[in-house]
Amino acid sequence: MNIITGSSIMNSLSDIGVMTRRNMLRYIRLPQLLVFNALLNVVLLLLFNYVFGGAIQTGGIAYIQYFLPGFMVQTVVFGSTQTSVGLSEDLAKGMIDRFRSLPISRLAFITGRVITDAVRYAVLITLMIIVGSIMGFRFENGIMPVLSGIGLTILFGIALTWVGVFIGISVKDVETAQVAGFVWVFPLVFASSLYVPIETMPSWLQVFSNINPVTPMVDTMRALSLGGSISASLWKTLAWDAAIILIFLTLALRRYKSIGQ
Amino acid sequence: MSNATNSNEVCQNASIDIKGINKSYGKLQALNNVDLVIEQGTVFALLGPNGSGKTTLVRILTTLLRPDSGSAHVAGYDVVREAHSVRSVIGLAGQYPAVDEILTGKENLEMIGRLYHLGKSVARARAKELLNRFDLAEAANRQVKTFSGGMRRRLDLAATLIARPSILFLDEPTTGLDPRSRLGLWEVIAAQAKDCNTVFLTTQYLEEADRLANKIAIIDKGRVLRQGTNQELKECCGGDTLIKVRIADSNKISKASDVLEDLAAGKLVSYPDTGEITIPAINGPSLMPEIVRRLDAHNIIIAELALKPPTLDDVFLSITGHTALENAEAKQNTHITGRDDK
Ligand SMILES: Nc1ncnc2c1ncn2[C@@H]1O[C@H](COP(=O)(O)OP(=O)(O)OP(=O)(O)O)[C@@H](O)[C@H]1O
Ligand SMILES: [Mg+2]
Repeated sequence: MNIITGSSIMNSLSDIGVMTRRNMLRYIRLPQLLVFNALLNVVLLLLFNYVFGGAIQTGGIAYIQYFLPGFMVQTVVFGSTQTSVGLSEDLAKGMIDRFRSLPISRLAFITGRVITDAVRYAVLITLMIIVGSIMGFRFENGIMPVLSGIGLTILFGIALTWVGVFIGISVKDVETAQVAGFVWVFPLVFASSLYVPIETMPSWLQVFSNINPVTPMVDTMRALSLGGSISASLWKTLAWDAAIILIFLTLALRRYKSIGQ
Repeated sequence: MSNATNSNEVCQNASIDIKGINKSYGKLQALNNVDLVIEQGTVFALLGPNGSGKTTLVRILTTLLRPDSGSAHVAGYDVVREAHSVRSVIGLAGQYPAVDEILTGKENLEMIGRLYHLGKSVARARAKELLNRFDLAEAANRQVKTFSGGMRRRLDLAATLIARPSILFLDEPTTGLDPRSRLGLWEVIAAQAKDCNTVFLTTQYLEEADRLANKIAIIDKGRVLRQGTNQELKECCGGDTLIKVRIADSNKISKASDVLEDLAAGKLVSYPDTGEITIPAINGPSLMPEIVRRLDAHNIIIAELALKPPTLDDVFLSITGHTALENAEAKQNTHITGRDDK
């Protein structure tokens, strides 16, 4: 009720469209934003596969098979820090105040951002699959599970984007947004089943890794591309997505309203 | 769909009503019990030096900031409880231009137009019209990152006007504009008020307030010190004329001030560096002989004696004891004598 105050649904949809277009144009006119992000991911993929690949025991399967599904998840986790950077730039340049003075809903403004990021994640994941295939990755489970896995990963990215939105409009400048992103992203990525099996970690870390939302997401992704049971990790992932979106959407909307107080 | 008001349509409510607004940032009280009523069809100028609270008030009226206490109605809508309705009838040009550098000039305007829910073709037509009006037609298809500061400012102002807002908020709108663009903006503001729309502008340019506004309020340290029409302000605070005396020997300035003090209608101000004294006066010409007589009696030689109509700067000086553009350091070189109640 409070979220779409006054303006009709049609207006809100149009606002979301306009905001999405604006953010998309940013990536089209400044392709380096996306290109360097993509390159970084490719470099990491190569490094991890060839540097650690031989050393990590993954129970018989090739490391790229074990690792790539998780790597796709990592792409969106890292990707969500860019959301913070973009928004804090808008904040610093007064664009957010400009938008806040217009008769558009808070949700429309932020949703435009989130949709753009979802598209960005889709592009990055596709690239990871292509590079991964060249490096020997194969889907052993057919195409449908893969597509659903990608969908779930993007959904996970969208959930984390709300965290990025909240941080982006809460910190004071672009540099802080950048660093703040790394603070929460690194533990999530590394203390999970993404790189190494959790059983190889010290037991106190296993506790964290088991509740880490990245773990069920990676497990789901892995099961979908390699085969295996997914139901437990799937439910966990969906529950996490819902919880993260609910909490950070509320926080972000509240924060957006009180910017500059 | 749009909130357009053409001159031949019935006027919408475009008044602003501010009651007892307070706003603090931590310990600093940026606005102190501000009361103002601005009738529709008025160009209102809020005049004040740096840090006096102008931007803070504009941000409250445009729903960007919540007041700590007090209430404000813009076009009849409460700025806190009916913020969304307020937003649909106002246009805001903030103190610093807020335009998207990645987009072109045209795209910026069309985007804002669409966000005011003008249709696509209306937004496009309006954008074109405003690009012409603000001398940006040639740069319309260039990305804003290639724009100069003044061009950005003009684009920002154009964006503000796109949906024909009935109340326009302009926070120091002419900062960074060259004289030609400044004149252009003045025309836009005057035209705006003709259509029974309201313009709320802040400025440090006294000439600008004097020339544009029908009503002026002077703000300092978060308090509204005086408000009224230009003429009322001049008359209440410093008389209708200003007498400027420059004495030949600036060492005698304090003596000269003492001698002339009781002639001043407001605060007499002396500038020891230059030997100047300014005396706000009612019926100035009749005082000239008396000034000459008194100074002559004390052997003070007059180098220059002139009468001029007071500007708002003089008004400001006579009320606050410092000029609008003066900072604290400059203030130390100015001595003000006279009654404090004025
Ligand atoms: N976000 C903020 N946090 C803390 N203090 C603030 C903030 N914004 C403004 N202030 C303080 O509030 C006072 C009023 O500021 P405001 O920006 O309203 O002044 P102004 O009249 O617009 O000044 P200027 O002519 O320099 O633009 C100043 O002392 C300023 O330092
Ligand atoms: Mg200001």
